Amino acid sequence: MIKLQEINKTYQVGDTPLRALCDVSLQIESGEYLSVMGPSGSGKSTLLNMIGLLDRPDSGRYWFDTVATEELGEERRARLRGENIGFIFQQFHLINRLSAFENVELPMMLAGQPLKQRRNTVAEVLAMVGLAERASHKPNQLSGGQLQRVAIARAIVMRPRLLLADEPTGNLDSHSGGEVIDVLEKLNQDGITLIMVTHDQRLGDRAQRHIRMVDGQIHSDHSGDTRSQQRGEKRGKNSVDETD
Amino acid sequence: MSMRLTDQLAFNGQLFLRHRVRTLLLLLAVAIGVASVILLTSLGEGARGYVDREFSALGNRILAVLPGRKETTGGGPPIYGASPRDLTLEDANALATIPGVLAVAPIIAGTTTVAYSNRSREVITLGSTDAFFAVRQLDVGAGRVLSPRSRSEPLAVCVLGVKVKRELFGSSRALGEWVRVGDRRMRVIGVLEERGESLGLDMRDMLLIPVRTAEQLFDSPSLFRILLDIAPSADSDKIQQKILAVIRKRHEGEEDVTVISQDSMLAAFDNILATLTMAIAAISSISLLVAGILIMNISLISVSQRRKEIGLLKAIGASSRQIKQLFIGESLLLISMGSAAGITFAFGLILIFARLWPSFPLQPPTWAVPAALLVAFGTGLVFSIMPAKQAAALDPVLALRGLQQ
Repeated sequence: MIKLQEINKTYQVGDTPLRALCDVSLQIESGEYLSVMGPSGSGKSTLLNMIGLLDRPDSGRYWFDTVATEELGEERRARLRGENIGFIFQQFHLINRLSAFENVELPMMLAGQPLKQRRNTVAEVLAMVGLAERASHKPNQLSGGQLQRVAIARAIVMRPRLLLADEPTGNLDSHSGGEVIDVLEKLNQDGITLIMVTHDQRLGDRAQRHIRMVDGQIHSDHSGDTRSQQRGEKRGKNSVDETD
Repeated sequence: MSMRLTDQLAFNGQLFLRHRVRTLLLLLAVAIGVASVILLTSLGEGARGYVDREFSALGNRILAVLPGRKETTGGGPPIYGASPRDLTLEDANALATIPGVLAVAPIIAGTTTVAYSNRSREVITLGSTDAFFAVRQLDVGAGRVLSPRSRSEPLAVCVLGVKVKRELFGSSRALGEWVRVGDRRMRVIGVLEERGESLGLDMRDMLLIPVRTAEQLFDSPSLFRILLDIAPSADSDKIQQKILAVIRKRHEGEEDVTVISQDSMLAAFDNILATLTMAIAAISSISLLVAGILIMNISLISVSQRRKEIGLLKAIGASSRQIKQLFIGESLLLISMGSAAGITFAFGLILIFARLWPSFPLQPPTWAVPAALLVAFGTGLVFSIMPAKQAAALDPVLALRGLQQ
């Protein structure tokens, strides 16, 4: 489904160039569950943005299915992104003036889909993340876990095949973080490809395939299910509950 | 892949609701711009309509013969003759023989003191004949007008303007009373009907006496001007030629008068006022330009405040073109609402004005609304392109982190 070949990306930070990705090659099959871990500045987020077509590589090739994405113009990349890829961010990135329903509806609206279809689909995905009753609530009336579940609903409303989550539980307490992960894993079981960037070792271990990045390179890439050990454990992460 | 118009309107509308004060201020700026274009051009057009009406109040087909030659084109007609040869009553009588001329009203003008008992007033005094009333379509509200005998005899009679009458006699009867005009005594035979100003001459503040009497009073035979009423069927240009021919013959070959037709005067005024109206429109457009710049600044601020939102929209599938559309659409929606408010406000004011001063025809020229809208949308579009481009060019990755590029 995804094939990266010798991707390079350098950022200019002040005077010094920073090599965010260095000859990264990676192949991901449909339906996989990947965790990407590594220290800060190791290029995890850059890799995710690259896969999500938000960023362009300086060199290297990237096929999404059979499409060579580096050749596409901005319009086509936007469409490919809108139709196939869903994003989940640490900061949720919901629009405050819009209700939960309207936030979830946004991708369909941008795609110009008819109102009736939108109503049904949005109601469906909100029910799927367990927020059918909160449809008319504004972000400031929802808890952190609920906000992230709204964001997940928004990410999957276009029925994407790939879900990219950048520290999805980073701003949540362990209980709501667990709920969010449950939703994501349920989606993966239903066939969606899930790539999750995280700092949290226990969370990362739940994935079937673990990628560790160091200094812009893939340090290790191995599969193995350690999920059963992690069930029910409490994580003492920060519980910053902040909307954006 | 493009957004539906209703969706975009809803999206922008929610944004406006969220920033009510900012939106209202921008709307106000646009509304003031549009309203000022419409109102100011209405004033110009109103002035033109006013002059038009005043001219037609003069009577339909009037020619004025003035002493002195208009030497250069483009200058105004000479008000007081600077000619060595006066225009006289005899000239006027000669002009009366031209076929197609219905009436000839010679006018001698001057200022005299008119007094009754212990009250006196300095007034403009016109010496003329019964024809003057016909040509200027004047009538008396009481008594009678000058008689045909006033053409040849220095009768000691006068007709008062209503204001003069009021100031000398108050509410008591003036008809048949004797007033002092200069060093003469004259009997009041009529009082003009109440009528407003006419081409700068306030007929209410005027004294009318027979032309021969005026000749003696001012001790001068020279005419201020001659008004001619011509037949509706007559060719105005031909008659003007004939007038000049008659004057040439009588003035030893000198063509030392100026003939002004009402049409040419009207056309001149029309031109001036139309140009003036356009100039006013251009000046008032500046306020729209200011509104445009205001919108640009606010949009630029809005782009930097909404960096994360823009980044998010890109992440969920919005293309650069869509982002641009959203921002330009936002400005155009503001302009539309502001324009609607401005137009409503302007026409409301015009309606109120029409109630209060029905004599002044305040009405926007037909092009005022389209021109105001054109300028408003033009500036809105031009000034929203820059912020929209800035928004579209945002790097989604950095924008999502709320970072500057």
